[in-house]
Amino acid sequence: MALPSALETQRPAAPGARADAACAPPSAAVDAAAPATDATGAAAPVGPGSISTLSDEDLSRLRVVPARHPGRVVLAVVVTLLVALVAWSFATNPRWEWGVVAQWFFAESIIRGLLETLHLTALAGAVGFGLGLVLALMRLSPSSLVSGVAWTFSWVFRSTPMLVQLLLWYNLGYLYERFTLGIPLTDVTFFDARTSDLMTPMLAAVLGLGLHQAAYAAELIRGGILSVDQGQLEAASALGLPARDRSLRIVLPQAMRAILPSAFNEVIGLVKGTSIVYVLAHAELFFTVQLIYGRTQQVLPMLLVATLWYVVITSLLSIGQYYIERHYAKGALRTLPPTPLQRLRAGLRGRGARSTTASAREGASA
Amino acid sequence: MSTATPPATAPAATSSTTHAAPRGGLVEIRGVRKSFGDLEVLRGIDLTVRPGEVTAILGPSGSGKSTLLRTINHLEPVDSGLITLDGEVIGYRRQGDLLHELSEKEVLRQRTRIGMVFQSFNLFAHRTALANITEAPRRALGVPKAQAEARARELLALVGLEDRAGAYPRQLSGGQQQRVAIARALALDPSVLLFDEPTSALDPELVEEVLAVIRGLASAGTTLVIVTHEISFARDVADTVVFMDHGRIVEQGPPSQVIDAPAHERTRSFLQHVRSGGPEAPDAAPVGPDSPTSPSAAPEDHR
Repeated sequence: MALPSALETQRPAAPGARADAACAPPSAAVDAAAPATDATGAAAPVGPGSISTLSDEDLSRLRVVPARHPGRVVLAVVVTLLVALVAWSFATNPRWEWGVVAQWFFAESIIRGLLETLHLTALAGAVGFGLGLVLALMRLSPSSLVSGVAWTFSWVFRSTPMLVQLLLWYNLGYLYERFTLGIPLTDVTFFDARTSDLMTPMLAAVLGLGLHQAAYAAELIRGGILSVDQGQLEAASALGLPARDRSLRIVLPQAMRAILPSAFNEVIGLVKGTSIVYVLAHAELFFTVQLIYGRTQQVLPMLLVATLWYVVITSLLSIGQYYIERHYAKGALRTLPPTPLQRLRAGLRGRGARSTTASAREGASA
Repeated sequence: MSTATPPATAPAATSSTTHAAPRGGLVEIRGVRKSFGDLEVLRGIDLTVRPGEVTAILGPSGSGKSTLLRTINHLEPVDSGLITLDGEVIGYRRQGDLLHELSEKEVLRQRTRIGMVFQSFNLFAHRTALANITEAPRRALGVPKAQAEARARELLALVGLEDRAGAYPRQLSGGQQQRVAIARALALDPSVLLFDEPTSALDPELVEEVLAVIRGLASAGTTLVIVTHEISFARDVADTVVFMDHGRIVEQGPPSQVIDAPAHERTRSFLQHVRSGGPEAPDAAPVGPDSPTSPSAAPEDHR
């Protein structure tokens, strides 16, 4: 190649640029740009901060002093004080009436209301995410009719207030008196009933909450599906996998990583969202609490009872979320970081174990 | 990288014994045209890939070579022209002058006879190497689990990765991922294997381990169609080299003709360009005075 001759012409330029190298013997010109030590002799000092003379022993004696973060310390103190203040006021303000809270917390009616809330959440969540998945897949269909139907559904149910939807479903009997299943234009009927008999508060609640949830779930599942690399679908098609397998076995499991954080947000929102069903006089947790304080006038303690139960449910869901997300992280991370429990156990085992988990965690995050 | 040594030539030796009775397919492409919007990417392609032969498709990017490959398994339906595999029209059922579009199910069945290996591997990231390989035989062909897994382990051994069955794609190097992808494509016992720039996404030192596996398949008599930038590899393994430019086949023939004595000016300038130190020419080993280890290169490095 032409390189050597090009170097030949450039070489004189390099010593010329340095005054000290210029007076070096011509044989050193080859190394002109190499460290100056070669030209002036090996013993010459390399600089005041040089570490080339440090022995291995010197190196092994070095210790790290952690940097100080005075700002963090101040912040920690302030936060601790504030938390203590709030906790103190909760504990000592007699108007919270902790005795009343304790008395009602495990009361049979409260537990029954709690179970009803969980029941409602499970049903509305199943309707919401089941239908949401179908709608999301419909939205991604190449058929504009199919995707249009899904889009319209989301548009309608995201546009109307939750409360209006609940009341509409509950009062469906006013709009359509009878619910009939049969063959049109003939006398054949398979099923016939008064709508108001069918539409219990429970059914209205599940429909209202579930369909509303489906509209939101559809969008967030669609977002997750879009986040999966197109190549995955292409590879699945090239392998001859049926459409159902491509969606449910290849794309969706990988979309779960993007879907789960928002989905748990939605479910946790739904747990508390069920409290709106009190307008239908359905005896879930919140309505039960209202009934009780309507009788006893202990409003705040009873609201505290409901709130504490919501906190318990949300906490349990958050723990579930952590482990489910971890399950779907398989394959997405080279190594999974240890769970808090594993970290705690390793920490209890002693110093050596702690440092290995720390390095494992660093390795995972790198 | 794992401790598994890359199969330099081992797969070539084992493949003829492990890969039972390869039945290479015959691919015929006639008058194929394909446009994306206003851009015509394939402008009348005629090509015959004979059973057991290796065809290498060369050409600059944008010449339509990848699109051509993707029409063979109907990932891209053609606008006009016909493609057949062993006499069966891909994507349609021909009745006289009528072409009836095949149902999704029938297209999928045709695809199980055509394996494809992608530039970016496209392994299923949430499945282990083994599960990647067994997925299609189990779900598309209904092969029982135990049988599919036994076959998958054979194929992993064929590509030199028998000890990595439980690894997720992200725990494998690029070369290992591509070798798993080849095993996955082989799991359906396809009559044709399509390779879409199989080594373009790999570090230079990982290229050879993948090429070694492909070489093994070539000598085992599988019909291969390979879109590649590896000129010397194409010269080594291909029975036919096809040079494409602007949606047309400029010339085709044995490597001794197309690569060593190209008839067309366009082919000549492309080959010259690729050979003169382009990233696609790993065989131009850095020897000579411009080698980076040579001390005379030092001043140049510092400028």
